[in-house]
Amino acid sequence: MTHRCAVALAALAALALALPAMSHAQDTMPGMDMGGHQHHHAPAPPAQQAADQPAAPAAPATEGASDEPKGTDQSPGSAEPPPVAHDLAGSRYWDPQAMAQAHHAMMTERPAPLYGAVKMDIAEYQFGKNGDSWRWEGEGWLGDTNRLWVRSRGEGPVGGRLEDAEVEAAYSRAISPWWNLQAGVRQDLGTGPVRTHAMLALEGLAPYRFEMLAAAYLSDKGQWTGRIEASVDERVTRRIVLQPRVEFNLSAQDMPQQRLGAGLTTAELGFRLRYEFSRKFAPYLGVSWTWAGGRTADYRRADGESPLARVFVLGIKSWF
Amino acid sequence: MSSWIIDRRALLGAVGQLGGVALAGQATPGWAKTLSQGGAALPSSEVLSGEAITLRIGKGHVTIGGKPAKAITINGTVPGPMLRLKEGQMLRLTVINELDEPSSLHWHGLVLPFQMDGVPGVSFPGIPPRSSFTYEFPIVQHGTYWYHSHSGLQEMMGCYAPIVIEPAEALPAPLPSMREHVVLLSDHSFVNPARIARNLKVEADYYNRQPQTLSGLMAGHELSMDQRLMWAKMRMSPTDIADVTASVMHYLANGHGPDENWTGLFTPGETVRLRFINAASMTFFNVRIPGLAMQVVAADGQDVQPVTVEEFQFGAGETYDVIVTPQNRAYTIAAETMDRSGMARATLAPAAGMAAPVPPRRARPLLTMKDMGMDMSGGAMKGMSMKMRDGSLAPQVKMGPGVDMISAMPEDRMGDPGIGMGDVGHKVLTYRDLVALHPNPDLRAPEREIEVHLTGAMERYMWSMDGKTMSQAHEPIPMRKGERVRFTLVNDTMMAHPIHLHGHIFELVTGHGDHSPRKHTVTVQPGGKASFDVTAEPGDWAFHCHLFLHMAMGMMRVVQVRPA
Repeated sequence: MTHRCAVALAALAALALALPAMSHAQDTMPGMDMGGHQHHHAPAPPAQQAADQPAAPAAPATEGASDEPKGTDQSPGSAEPPPVAHDLAGSRYWDPQAMAQAHHAMMTERPAPLYGAVKMDIAEYQFGKNGDSWRWEGEGWLGDTNRLWVRSRGEGPVGGRLEDAEVEAAYSRAISPWWNLQAGVRQDLGTGPVRTHAMLALEGLAPYRFEMLAAAYLSDKGQWTGRIEASVDERVTRRIVLQPRVEFNLSAQDMPQQRLGAGLTTAELGFRLRYEFSRKFAPYLGVSWTWAGGRTADYRRADGESPLARVFVLGIKSWF
Repeated sequence: MSSWIIDRRALLGAVGQLGGVALAGQATPGWAKTLSQGGAALPSSEVLSGEAITLRIGKGHVTIGGKPAKAITINGTVPGPMLRLKEGQMLRLTVINELDEPSSLHWHGLVLPFQMDGVPGVSFPGIPPRSSFTYEFPIVQHGTYWYHSHSGLQEMMGCYAPIVIEPAEALPAPLPSMREHVVLLSDHSFVNPARIARNLKVEADYYNRQPQTLSGLMAGHELSMDQRLMWAKMRMSPTDIADVTASVMHYLANGHGPDENWTGLFTPGETVRLRFINAASMTFFNVRIPGLAMQVVAADGQDVQPVTVEEFQFGAGETYDVIVTPQNRAYTIAAETMDRSGMARATLAPAAGMAAPVPPRRARPLLTMKDMGMDMSGGAMKGMSMKMRDGSLAPQVKMGPGVDMISAMPEDRMGDPGIGMGDVGHKVLTYRDLVALHPNPDLRAPEREIEVHLTGAMERYMWSMDGKTMSQAHEPIPMRKGERVRFTLVNDTMMAHPIHLHGHIFELVTGHGDHSPRKHTVTVQPGGKASFDVTAEPGDWAFHCHLFLHMAMGMMRVVQVRPA
């Protein structure tokens, strides 16, 4: 298991790295003109104020030296800095122990030692042709730059049993101003086969402000699956936000028990329009389509289901 | 607890003795009470003078729009008592910390022995809970300054007050004034500062309620689709001007909200000196008095040759003294926030009860490519490519998740009036307009240059210097005692940062030679750079962004000055 995991994680890293490569490419800004523009280095116009300030007492200057740059008009030299001293000047005046403690507190002080949040991006009721259902998708984190990250999602028919549900926990490491690399474990719940997966994901903000998640999973049965999610917030007005959202689920192999085929298993496109009473509380309505692909579509048809499902949704996006 | 009640009673008694405005729960010192006659008429109990002064830091409230907001007070009030001192005197300040947490008071802009500077962990160990500390130092300068707590986010809770120091001998002023008022501008929230920090950490644009919208695009407002896409591609926002805005802050003039309308009185025809202090925790203000030109005569307490402006923008920690000559009518002092989301307001009037129209807030400005350290004024886009985050341009910066941008072509922006001030249609002060009244005390050329990059990652709400926060245990900036050094601050972020060096008055490098303007806090425009020359005073000194959450997140260093 551990050996397989290691191999899996290494392979998944390759998938995950596709995204940062993209982000680096976008660090470059095509179309930015720098041509024909010189670096301004000189500290602007020379002391022209000499004429403007008859009232000011003249600086002691020797005769004929008036053209020499004075004061801050002079350029800096290139003296070497002194070495850094590893003591506290305050210890010469105050109790060294108290000083050392206060210094340590100052160096490590932050508004809070840890931050945390729980965000429910989707908590909705779905109106479908073949019955209503409900769905949630949310995440929570604790930490600062690097975080303990928890994600959960699930859905099920109204009045029925939980169909699909997952909980995952990961260590999330900031690898750039916008991207986090996450490694952890996912546990499936619900009516299907209950699996445990190793997970490696890349999460963050892509150019054009797309919220992205690309995750790869290896189950305890050796099955490979993957998921890519992207969404973007378009502000219609200051409070009304349209959020288009796509999701692709992938599988490396046929999994008859889960009724999933190799390749693209499902693709989803949704539009959710929310009204932000506050950033922390925003009810929404929307529509979402899910297509099953390839062998997965065959399974659906064999089960008497349509490979395409459309639902209208009503929900609340929130965080606390 | 019982001692707090006694203090509260004593406080109410003291307020009662002043008469006039003794409202229970309304904790404003006499110098800042709603109606002020100005400096000469102030009751001595709330303007503290002399060589021995006692201050108490405690819990209390400030009343905003009739509602009490939690505050940390000095002698029971927000702002605290004004210290009115005289150049050349000795000062012995006993500070009693009545809080259940450590506290401190820092004398912002004062040149003094470092161990009296009041920064816990840098200059002294701090004042432990329920104990006291005595500061003792000579007053060697004159002008407008202020003092505030340097512990935690206590300043953000109201722990600040003005200092006015008279010259040792009455100097012939180019513009003498017949009356003066302190106008201390600040921000205060009903939300706890730690909660504000947390909301920003979860969503960095949490308080930005003025984003670009699709409806604005349809209506043809502001940026075109191409420009919006360019910003989106960079994962940045041109509306990211202030991270803490009027959606959570209230803006105060001498502790009063806009409706309470603090009023400074004058006699028509008099020259009035207004001592503006930006004591806000997270706010830049655009200050103007419609109908009244202002002659700036001092910057950060240092005399400058009078320069006439209609408006000035200043950052947290900066002060300006201006002279105005009001006629027989009321005037509004409008201090709009830099992002134009809110306004502090006060009135100058010849009699109580008068008011002038309050100018409406102007449209919120947008950041430009210049604010990214990429000046586009050279011409049309020519398809050249430029990296937004090229670490090789700043080898000393530790690149990592906390650095989202390196200014590719940082420009000297000392001649820039500030964000949104370029097209307001009247004269706005710039640093280049300032010329020292007297020759600078140290005319040596700097022996070397220290470049410090102001860095951050907007999305993660991380702030640092050279890519490192304080908690990343970086080393201090070493200097030799008496050494003359040029600091060049490069702003690798899209926000303006007011950078304050403790215990020093430095000379801005703005082409004014031996009459360079002297300051203790310099605003570095986004994507730009700013230089100053300074003569090192011995000791350990704090050096930081005066936006308190930026400092608390790590945009701070210690400057270490040791014998050569």
